[in-house]
Amino acid sequence: MLAYIIRRVAQSVLVLLVTGFVAFSMFSFVGDPVENMLGQERTQADVDRLRDQLGLDRPFAVQYWKFLEQAVQGNFGLSYRQGRPVSEILAERLPATLELAAVSGLLALLGGIGFGIFTAIRRRGAAANVIMTVSLIGVSLPTFLIGILLIYVFSVELGWLPSFGRGDVVNLGGWSTGFLTQSGLKALVLPAITLGLYQMTLIMRLVRTEMLEVLRMDYIRFSRARGLRERAINFRHALKNTLVPVITITGLQLGSIIAFAIITETVFQWPGVGLLFINAIQFVDIPVMAAYLMMISVMFVAINLIVDLLYFAIDPRLRIDGKAGGH
Amino acid sequence: MKNMLLAATALTLSMTMAQAETLRWARSGDALTLDPHAQNEGPTLALMHQMMEPLVLRNPAGELEGALATDWSVSSDNPDVWNFTLREGVKFHDGADFTAEDVVFSLERALSENSDMKGLISSVASVEAVSDYEVRITTKGPNPLLPAALPNILIIDKDWAEANDTVHVQDVEGGDETYASRNVNGTGAYKLVSREADVKTEMTAFDGYWGKDTYPIGYSDIVYTPIQNPSTRMAALFSGEVDFIQDVPVQDLQRIEQDPGLKIVSSPQNRVIFFGLNTSDELVNGTPEGGNPMADKAVREAMNMAINRDAIKQVVMRGQSIPAGVIMPPFVNGWSEELNSMPATDVAAAKAKLSEAGWGDGFTVQLDCPNDRYVNDEAICQAVVGMMAQIGVTVNLNAQPKAQHFPLISGVESDFYMLGWGVPSYDSEYIFNFLYHTKGELYGTWNGTHYSNEKLDEMTKAIAAEVDLEKRDAMIDEMWAMAKADAVYLPIHHQVLNWAMKTSVGAAVDADDQVKLKYFSVE
Repeated sequence: MLAYIIRRVAQSVLVLLVTGFVAFSMFSFVGDPVENMLGQERTQADVDRLRDQLGLDRPFAVQYWKFLEQAVQGNFGLSYRQGRPVSEILAERLPATLELAAVSGLLALLGGIGFGIFTAIRRRGAAANVIMTVSLIGVSLPTFLIGILLIYVFSVELGWLPSFGRGDVVNLGGWSTGFLTQSGLKALVLPAITLGLYQMTLIMRLVRTEMLEVLRMDYIRFSRARGLRERAINFRHALKNTLVPVITITGLQLGSIIAFAIITETVFQWPGVGLLFINAIQFVDIPVMAAYLMMISVMFVAINLIVDLLYFAIDPRLRIDGKAGGH
Repeated sequence: MKNMLLAATALTLSMTMAQAETLRWARSGDALTLDPHAQNEGPTLALMHQMMEPLVLRNPAGELEGALATDWSVSSDNPDVWNFTLREGVKFHDGADFTAEDVVFSLERALSENSDMKGLISSVASVEAVSDYEVRITTKGPNPLLPAALPNILIIDKDWAEANDTVHVQDVEGGDETYASRNVNGTGAYKLVSREADVKTEMTAFDGYWGKDTYPIGYSDIVYTPIQNPSTRMAALFSGEVDFIQDVPVQDLQRIEQDPGLKIVSSPQNRVIFFGLNTSDELVNGTPEGGNPMADKAVREAMNMAINRDAIKQVVMRGQSIPAGVIMPPFVNGWSEELNSMPATDVAAAKAKLSEAGWGDGFTVQLDCPNDRYVNDEAICQAVVGMMAQIGVTVNLNAQPKAQHFPLISGVESDFYMLGWGVPSYDSEYIFNFLYHTKGELYGTWNGTHYSNEKLDEMTKAIAAEVDLEKRDAMIDEMWAMAKADAVYLPIHHQVLNWAMKTSVGAAVDADDQVKLKYFSVE
């Protein structure tokens, strides 16, 4: 078990290093930050001085090494765009993204499972067909379009919900939360739906398929034959056996919710790390891009690691194999 | 008596109403910093102008107006010296008095190595305080246009900067951020209440403002929010969540006009859009046999004739542009109707001109174009590709983000490129200096055309130091005649600036897109 964990952690570190390497090799294609950092009256001497100061004239491998050297000391440098420490900016922006991702994830999970069960049990009903059809829209419409549509209906036409921003936030020891104010909660609704809709339809379709599969199993038939109530069969026996793959997918999707919040955050001017990243790309803010990409890859690697370890805990066969290997 | 009381109450009420007006203002980008000398960038300066002031200001009409200086003139005995008389009784937001030492400090700070503003005032040699309210600025040689270089050099309090250890402009690699990048102590009409970068900046009217009775200052509080996505920005205006937006997409203008609660205020913008042509012997992206066609003036003229500026205005810009015949905004010193004349679009004549020059079969060239910098930039380039095809010139379009596009121009690595140019000094010298002078360390830094004209170079330096304004204007006319005849740039148009707002907002639009809220009133 320990050897397995160590091996997995070592692999994760390697993945991180490779990700960073690839990211740095790409930065030179994004453009030249110096043009953005100096006004149009700059002279060639200013350009050269700044390029030298930032180390942009050095090969990317050297820049990457310098980044790693500082990063292990917890220093991600200063943002070219804002002139503030990157770690501070990320810490300031992360709560917004995490809160949005948590609400979207929860929405996707609850909505997905609920609708999934419903459409599986009543699979010939009219309501189930309507839900299935609507879910196609969720899968096929691009996020930004859904966002703009929601804004148009609920902000411009009905005037119920704000079209941009996070509303008022309360600062709890460095963590800014929008959960505690009315405007903060209102501001969450549209972005959370936009971000969660795709995942919700995904989970819903997964639950439905799994559920239909399980409902065909012999033990369900025998339960029915035994005269158990439908409710007990559906929820106690069928649902439980459906959830194993759903939990795996949900875990992995949580990572992509955070990573793909970029588009939703841009549409709703949501002040999270995704919007920060988009701005960083436009400005060629290399320190912010590097730190963001590293953060996202750490997150994915960590989630994968946890999922792997969970398998280890859940699936007894893996453990037996491991022991057999040990002998 | 009763009536009078009522009237008085009504008056007080309406006054307090006016006193408590909040303006919610949105545009596409946020200020990058609040340090007045760290970033020479549009939205950054626009936000800072509400809270800090220069010696001399450019008002919405485009004229120079005294802000912290009341008077300025060239010294009678030395043309290299400018004397500025400062406004008395001005207070900083923290209550400190504004004096000459603050001006000396701020200008020296703006001239320091890490300052991004030093290019604007590179002609300044030294600044000294003569008395508490008199400042002497010595320039490197005579500079008749010094005041026009000052509107973006903002003044901060010396003692405040020293007390907060923010004397130096931040060095990007310097480690820590400076106090001045997030705090302000200026003399402006509004003072900073709170700021969350990229999210929201709140300001409130400064009680001790010297110009309280001089300017309308219709709004007591300002909430500034960047909203990047154009559709969201429009939605926020339509839903009433913001009162005033900049960067209005041209396709939404009609909808705003149809909304009875909203209005648009327009002005020609201080930004001319044009194309630069590589005039050297070789092209960067493959020279055709027979050399670079565009080295021949006749070819450049033919290309200029092929451009249908009206079509670009009507189709690409939906009427929101002013076709240009010279790469200079109309209010810049040196502009004239005659200079602005443009050739009629004539495909047949252009083709004839090309074959006369030996390029009757056409040639191929790459057009580099930004896609996130100017209004409909990529669409303009696409239109030009079609227009060039009509005269047999095959254009390969390379549209990319500004961060990749501009290095091509400054590195002189493009054969045919789009560039937009604003003239902050409102004088032709600025254009000659950056765009026409032979490319070098200090001059011609944005000349990506390889164009080099010795006479023009000499005169560029000469007009910079010419104190006799009449003589200077004559020289400028002569220079433009030369520059225009050489046709190294193909002018397209001037952008039109559109601000959208609630009908109650009395906005004072200025050509530089630089909002100055003290001129705003409530209607």
